Amino acid sequence: MNPAPPTQTAAATAAGVPARLPGPPPRKRFQRTWMAAYFFLIPYILLTLVFFLYPFFNAVVLAFHQTNGPYTRVFVGWANFAFVLGDPTFYLALKNTAIFAVFSVFLQLPLSLGLALLLNQGADKIKGFFRLAIFSPHLVGQIFVGVLFSVLFVPRYGLVNRFLHELLGWGLENRWLENPALVMPAIILTALWMYVGFNMIYFLAALQNVDQNLREAAMIDGAGPWQRFLNVTLPAIKPVATFVVVMSTIGSFQLFELPYALLDGFGPANSGLTVVGYLYQYAFNTGDLGTGATVGWILALVIFIVSLVQIRISQSMKGET
Amino acid sequence: MSPLHFTLGLLALIFIGLFLVNPRQPRLALTYLRYVLLCLAAATILTPFVWLITASFKSPDVLMQYVFLPPLPDINFDTINLGNFRRLFEPEPTPQGQVYFWQYIFNSLFLASATTVIQLFFCSMGGYALAKYNFPGKTALMLFMLGSLMIPGMILLAPLYEMIVRIGFVDTYWALLLPGAVTAFGMFLFRQAIIVVPDELIEAGRIDGCSEFSIYLRLVMPLVRPMSGAFCLITFLASWNNFLGPQIFIHTQAKLTLPVVLTQYVGVYTQQYGVFLAGTLLAIIPPAILFFALQREFISGLTSGAVKG
Repeated sequence: MNPAPPTQTAAATAAGVPARLPGPPPRKRFQRTWMAAYFFLIPYILLTLVFFLYPFFNAVVLAFHQTNGPYTRVFVGWANFAFVLGDPTFYLALKNTAIFAVFSVFLQLPLSLGLALLLNQGADKIKGFFRLAIFSPHLVGQIFVGVLFSVLFVPRYGLVNRFLHELLGWGLENRWLENPALVMPAIILTALWMYVGFNMIYFLAALQNVDQNLREAAMIDGAGPWQRFLNVTLPAIKPVATFVVVMSTIGSFQLFELPYALLDGFGPANSGLTVVGYLYQYAFNTGDLGTGATVGWILALVIFIVSLVQIRISQSMKGET
Repeated sequence: MSPLHFTLGLLALIFIGLFLVNPRQPRLALTYLRYVLLCLAAATILTPFVWLITASFKSPDVLMQYVFLPPLPDINFDTINLGNFRRLFEPEPTPQGQVYFWQYIFNSLFLASATTVIQLFFCSMGGYALAKYNFPGKTALMLFMLGSLMIPGMILLAPLYEMIVRIGFVDTYWALLLPGAVTAFGMFLFRQAIIVVPDELIEAGRIDGCSEFSIYLRLVMPLVRPMSGAFCLITFLASWNNFLGPQIFIHTQAKLTLPVVLTQYVGVYTQQYGVFLAGTLLAIIPPAILFFALQREFISGLTSGAVKG
């Protein structure tokens, strides 16, 4: 529309780039300044080519090779996949990770939603304080949380043990981090402390966008609090809830740092080993990067399938409500 | 009856009392219940932090003897002192010579700040290009970026390590700074913020003879300051808390960062919890300061997106 002033292509001509590329004439919707866009995108394009696309394709190649450190590789075909899929330790890691993901979705997220519902009605000042307090653990990294909680779970003296003893008269001598049966509960409790507020923020944002008129209309029609929640609030926050469930699952399946710091390794009898921990062990302790890449692909496939199922379930629930 | 049971019982009794005052319309009782539950949740969340602070200053002899602080008559320099910190800052012998804890704090600060500055620059540049230009291949690029967001980063761990070793970046900070210098996530964030900047403003800048780059730097960037503040906070936190990167790529002790060193200390100071707890306390102070400094920009960044979007 507007004739472009000459300064627009200054950057392009200064760089010695022809104003027009050979080939089909540029369509009208492209402004004459579009060469500048490429200049702004140079860092992303270059760095992505080198540090994302190349390793990504190399991950395919690596999965079919056995390596001993970064310099030697031998082609082994599907042997890596056969090894990983036949390894009981891998299934233990997958089981631990799946348990963690299930508790993230069915324990942590309902609590997050509950806290968000409690917070949603309060006055702004009070809301700000509680939101900050409950969100605060997320500022601390998984490693620091793991280190801190490794002391909170100490038998007899740890804060968690003392608290449980005071409250229930049970668990003072629990060896949370040494008893294989208690390792996963310890990880789940720690993650609960760390992430309940983070997910709450998303639910809170969703709740604040629920149409108040709809709630009032339901109230006038005689719907009780529980019915209002089920028929008005829940459908309204469903998109965000689906997002939080999927993101939380994806994050859970990539769990590594928290148990690694909490247990100073993978726990007794690998009771705290996760899939990424398994990957880490092979790729960087054993030096078999090929197996590491293979585990990466299997994990990506698992995450992909689980997220797809979750999105499908969420879509099918749309029909009911 | 323990004090904990007593408190909880008292809170429950007050609730029942408020409920009985007006059982048909228990609004007061419900409001009370809400605040009690919120206070309990906040207390549960904040207690480990309080415990961490007291534990860092307690002498190793009494660390586990008292839950939080010793009773007032017992507070003196034998129970509450800086011994843990003194021990933490003692020089540590390594094959490359003595290393002080200061070094790790400095390394972490340097890496997190450098990553934040570089990402702020590159991501906002990319976001500006995506928001305000039409260029051939734009749709394809954005689809590619969306796809790259969905790929779990763990696939790249092994091949990236192989590449870093082969190009000789291993044990240098290039291995940490370059792969994380720009993210699709950050570019999308800046695109969302910049897309609402009026086109007339950019056009006016062009007519006044600004170069495309100075339009971006002098006109657009000041307008998305709240977003930039929030972005800096997110990036700084991610880099500060990054463990896998330094753990895999950095071998020299003196170049390590706080998360890696603290996991080492858990193994080294097995019975001296106070030492690595003091280290952990120091490690969560910088992000906390940054969060409180940028909190206003953080929240206004979030809400401005919500209002306009």
